This record gives sequence, C-alpha cells and structure tokens, in this order.
Amino acid sequence: MAEENAQNAIVDYQFGFHDPETATIRFDSGLSEKVVRDISELKGEPEWMTEIRIKAFHRFEQMPMPKWGSDILEQIDFDSIIYFLRSSEKTEKNWDDVPKDIRNTFERLGIPEAEQKWLGGVTAQYESEAVYHSIREDLEAQGVIFLDMDSGLKQYPEIVKKYFCSVVPYSDNKFAALNTAVWSGGSFLYIPKGVHVEMPVQAYFRINAKNMGQFERTLIIADEGAKINYVEGCTAPTYSTDSLHSAVVELIALEGSTIRYSTIQNWSANVYNLVTKRGVAHANSTIEWVDGNIGSKLTMKYPAILLRGEGAHAEVISVAYAGKGQHQDTGAKVHHLAPNTTSNILSKSISKHGGRSSYRGLLQVTPKADQCRSKIVCDALILDPESRSDTYPTMEIGNSTADIEHEASVSKVSGDQLFYLMSRGHTETEAMGLIVNGFFEPFTRELPMEYAVELNRLLELEMEGSIG
Amino acid sequence: MSEEVLCIENLHVSVDGIEIIKGLNLVINKGEVHAIMGRNGAGKSTLANVIMGHPAYEITSGTIHYLGRALEEFEVFERARAGMFLSFQYPVVIPGVQVGTFLRKSVKAVRGDDSLSPRQFRAELREKMSLLEMDRSFLGRYVNDGFSGGEKKRLEILQMLLLQPKLALLDETDSGLDIDALRVIADGINSVTTDAGCLVITHYQRLLNHVQPDFVHVMIDGKIVKTGGSELAGKLEEKGYEWLETAA
Repeated sequence: MAEENAQNAIVDYQFGFHDPETATIRFDSGLSEKVVRDISELKGEPEWMTEIRIKAFHRFEQMPMPKWGSDILEQIDFDSIIYFLRSSEKTEKNWDDVPKDIRNTFERLGIPEAEQKWLGGVTAQYESEAVYHSIREDLEAQGVIFLDMDSGLKQYPEIVKKYFCSVVPYSDNKFAALNTAVWSGGSFLYIPKGVHVEMPVQAYFRINAKNMGQFERTLIIADEGAKINYVEGCTAPTYSTDSLHSAVVELIALEGSTIRYSTIQNWSANVYNLVTKRGVAHANSTIEWVDGNIGSKLTMKYPAILLRGEGAHAEVISVAYAGKGQHQDTGAKVHHLAPNTTSNILSKSISKHGGRSSYRGLLQVTPKADQCRSKIVCDALILDPESRSDTYPTMEIGNSTADIEHEASVSKVSGDQLFYLMSRGHTETEAMGLIVNGFFEPFTRELPMEYAVELNRLLELEMEGSIG
Repeated sequence: MSEEVLCIENLHVSVDGIEIIKGLNLVINKGEVHAIMGRNGAGKSTLANVIMGHPAYEITSGTIHYLGRALEEFEVFERARAGMFLSFQYPVVIPGVQVGTFLRKSVKAVRGDDSLSPRQFRAELREKMSLLEMDRSFLGRYVNDGFSGGEKKRLEILQMLLLQPKLALLDETDSGLDIDALRVIADGINSVTTDAGCLVITHYQRLLNHVQPDFVHVMIDGKIVKTGGSELAGKLEEKGYEWLETAA
C-alpha cells in the first residue's frame, strides 16, 4: 500500500532502482548517544566536534516535533532509521576506482558525463559518505578548496571550527540538532579572495539502502569578491519503507562575494526531506538560493538569508511540485539586518492528484535596516480539485523606510488555454506539460541549461497519466 | 471535380442550453474562400469553434464532415493533426512558453516527427516570418504575452503558414489591425488558399478587399440567410444588415 502510494506519487519515477547493498560498515537502526560517539570515533574527529555532536544529540532529544508544517511529520519513526552506513572504504578521485555497482548508479544518473562536459568539480555521496570526489586542477591551482565535509574537517580543522554551526546553531530546530549530532558527508568549499569560479561545481546525493538516514553537512565560504555557483542533485530508490534526509547547509558570503546555490531535489516518494539551509551575506555580497523540489514524501525547507552587511542582496527562486501523497512545505526567509539591503523572492508551486504545496515565508526588517527593499511573488497553480495550495507569509517590518512589495496568485489551467494548445495538435497531456513548463520557466531559466532540459523532461513525464 | 473539404448539414448548436446555431448548411471545397459576415451574436464565432471541437459547444443535431469523415468522433488535437486550423479571435496567453519552442513543438505535433530537420524548420520559419514582416525577437517572447492586437494576429497567421492546413478557419482575424498589418496578414492568408478550404469570419469588407472570397454568406440569428459572390460584401458595407433582417 505504501509502496503503491510512493510509486503513484511520481509517475514513472525513473531513479527508483536500487543496487545490492554492499556496506562495509552498517550501524543497527536507532539513535543513542553511543551511536553519535561511534560515528565521531569512526571518523577520528577532534574532540570539539564530538562534543558538539553530543550536545546536539541531547538537544534533539529534548526538542519537540514542530507542531506546524505537516501531519505527515508525526509518522517519522526515528528508531527505524539507520544513522550511518559506509559503502566504500575511500573517497576516490577516479571513477574507475569506485566500486562497480556504485559507479554504475552514478553513470545511470549521468554524473561522470556531466562532469566531463561542464562541471568544475564533483562530489558524489552514496549513503553516509562521499565515494568520489574531484576538482579541476586549474581551480585547485587558484586555491579553491572543494572537499567532502569529512575530509574538510581533517584537512582544514581551523576553518571548519570557525564556521561550523556559526550560521545554523545546532539548537536552531529539531532537525538541525539531529543533523549536527549525526552528520556525515556533504561538501566543504572555500573560494579565495577575488577568485571567480565560472564552471558550476556539483554535489550529488544518492540514498540506496532501505530505511537510510542521510545527514550531509555542507559549508561554503566565499572570501571577499569571490564568486561560486554550486549545484546539487539527489535521488533515491523507491521503497515501501521510509528514508530520512536531513541536511544542514551553511553559506558565508564575505564582502562583495556572490554565492549561488542551486538544488534539484528529486527524492523518491518515500523520503522525508527536512533540510535547514541558511546563508549570511556580508556587505555588498549576494546569496542566491535556486531551489527546485520535485520529489520526496514530505519536504520542509525554507532557504534563509541573513543580510548582515550594508548593500547585501538576497535572491530566492523556488519551485515545488506536489503530486499524489506528496506535501511540499517550502518557502524562504530573509532577514534585513543592515541598511540598503535588497531581496527578491519568487516562489512557484504546482499541486496535482491530491498533492499539497505550501509557501511558508518570513520577511524581517530590523530597525537598523534603513532604506531596504524587498519584493515577494508567490504563484500557485492547481491542476485538479483534489489538490491544495496554501500560503503562510509572515512579515516583521521594524523600519518605516522599508519598501516592500508582496504579490500572491493562485491559478488553475484554463479550458481556453487547453483548447488553444490542442487546436495546435497537442494532446491534453502535452498541453498540460507545456503550461507547466511555462509556469516554471522563470525558475528553469536560472538553471544551467543541462538541468533546465532535464527538469522540463521530468515535468512532462509527471503530466503523463495525469488526465481524466 | 472539386474536392470537398467541409460539409455542414442542418447544424444546431447550443451553449449552456441556449441554441446559438439553428440549422446551418455550408459546403467548402478545396481552393475556395468563403466569407461569413454578420453582426455580433449572430453565431459566427460559435461556428468556427464548434468546427474545431471546442468542448463548451454542444451539437444538438446535424452533422459536420471533414474530408468525408464525420467530425464528432475526433478530439481537438486529432482535428489539428488532420489539417484543420483555427485562427483565434482572442488568442490565449501561455505564460513562460517561448514562441520559438511553441512553434517547433506544434509543427512537430501536426506535421509529424520526421517532417522537418531542425535546419529546414529554421529556414521555413525565417521565410514565413519575413513574409509576415515579423522580427526574430518574436521567437524569444512568451506566447501572446503582452502582445498587441496586431502581433497576436500575426502569430496566428504564422502558425497557419507553418501548420499548412487543409481547412483554415479565420475568426475575425482582421479586427484591430491597421492598414499595413491588414495587407501583410491578407498576403499570409492568400498564400494558403490554393491548397486549403478557407472560412473567413469578419464584420467588415476591408479584409475582403485583400482576400478575394468566392462566396459571401450572411449569418443572422444562427442561420445563413443569404449567399452571394464578393459583390455581396460591398452591398453589406453600404446598406448594413437591416434589409436582410426583414427578409429573414
């Protein structure tokens, strides 16, 4: 029954295959202080990290589940989750050295091919840890550091210690506490002063095992005047039991730098995706979250930006697609903490086959933030009467010089649009696909072309079998 | 012998239970241009929409045959693929869908997957766009989004030229056009009329100065009340519809 739901939720979910499980280390399911200590010990971590983990674990235990968001949240069974699974002894630099089954998976996902064509670097995480990692030599020569987070902690403990939990404290919310307690993998990225990385670097996260919990932790620091475009993708097999993905991402944009962080989230419909993403933008810097949520059973994710320095800019462009059995509870949070800061939020969602999408947003302007500007646009498209869309905007405006615009719309596909497109030879399904792609276009045009094409194809697949 | 494209017999059509078309007969052969004139509310647009298969219109009796086949069993997209084309009176905005993408996908849908290589498509597109005096920047805009009346009608005619219909239904394609645009659009229409049957719905004679109709039909209250040659359009322009209304 659950499996059937999961499969129905995403028609033709093409990444639902799984490999035989070949763990070299696999913890029993369930969470305890011992599990947290074992993870830290296994990784040979410095003591301060072990301590943060333990504190975070106790905090996780104390914190109640969020009462808002979604009823589905209550269904999570933390005892059935596997908190650590190592599938390969080493992070390889050469795809040929990655275990064959795992390599095949990433080949099916098109990662090595994309890497050759247009990426500056790739991290491929499989279960708890990176199995492959590589960066272009020219970027390395410019001083760019791109590592999986475990290696980042080993090789640059001082930088990690300085910034870890500095943007998202472990006490921030229950799932940030959980991630901090059991984190494993993720990306560590540092771009030196003035270096512009033109080719995107990519991380790909794959869950393979049943009941897996994936808790990657990502830290990106753009030094003064630096520029980076980071892209992440994710998929998982379709199982009848649930998996949990709970990541924390911290961005630090120092003066005059630009970080763009793009996500195409396409988890299978048995994955809880509960992610905390937040960036701090210093003077005249820009942070952009480009966030696409197509998959998962439940996603709760509200990319946030703290505009801490004068003249800093925040951009959040997000789309969500909620099909059968799916709830996409997504949004954006922007805090204007300094004068002359600006922000743009564009959120688009589609609900179909009883799916539910919610926009949950927070805009805060503190008394110190003179002359700041913000524009928020939320558009929802509902494809059938069973589906649902809600908007929960919150504004805390503490400065009267702020210039705030907020627009929201909810629309349905009109019969006239369908008739027009069908009169040009398109079936009803194709017509829906065109309308949906058009609706998401302001998002897809921000993606690297290869991603945009893939996303449009995914959405067209989603429309198949959706009529009647 | 002339090739029959469209044959309508004793057609009755209702919308929300109200009868709009009340017994209409019409035969259009290949290469013929038929103009239908009449006041607002006479049922002209209903006729075009019902031929194309708009789901809001119900055929209560009578038949429509296209190329010898009864139309009712065909869905809208099948009619399009079989060579029927409707130029809309009010073309619909499709936000976020670029004109270029839309045209390419529509040509593929109607003319078939293998009909044109991307290169041939681009060449044909350039040629038709220059005929219609359309700038290439059109291709990057969203379908009908923020278009002026004239731009919308140009895009309709461009689609017609690319889709190469056997039956072209033109619903008030001339409304809202200035003289230059009217001439350009008329050139476009004239370039398909030898291979297609053509039904031109209009209020005014002025389009018919550029597109020579073989037949002019006057529609009043859901019926064709008078049929004549192109001279009838001139007479209507001069005398209005009253003299026919009293006769009807």
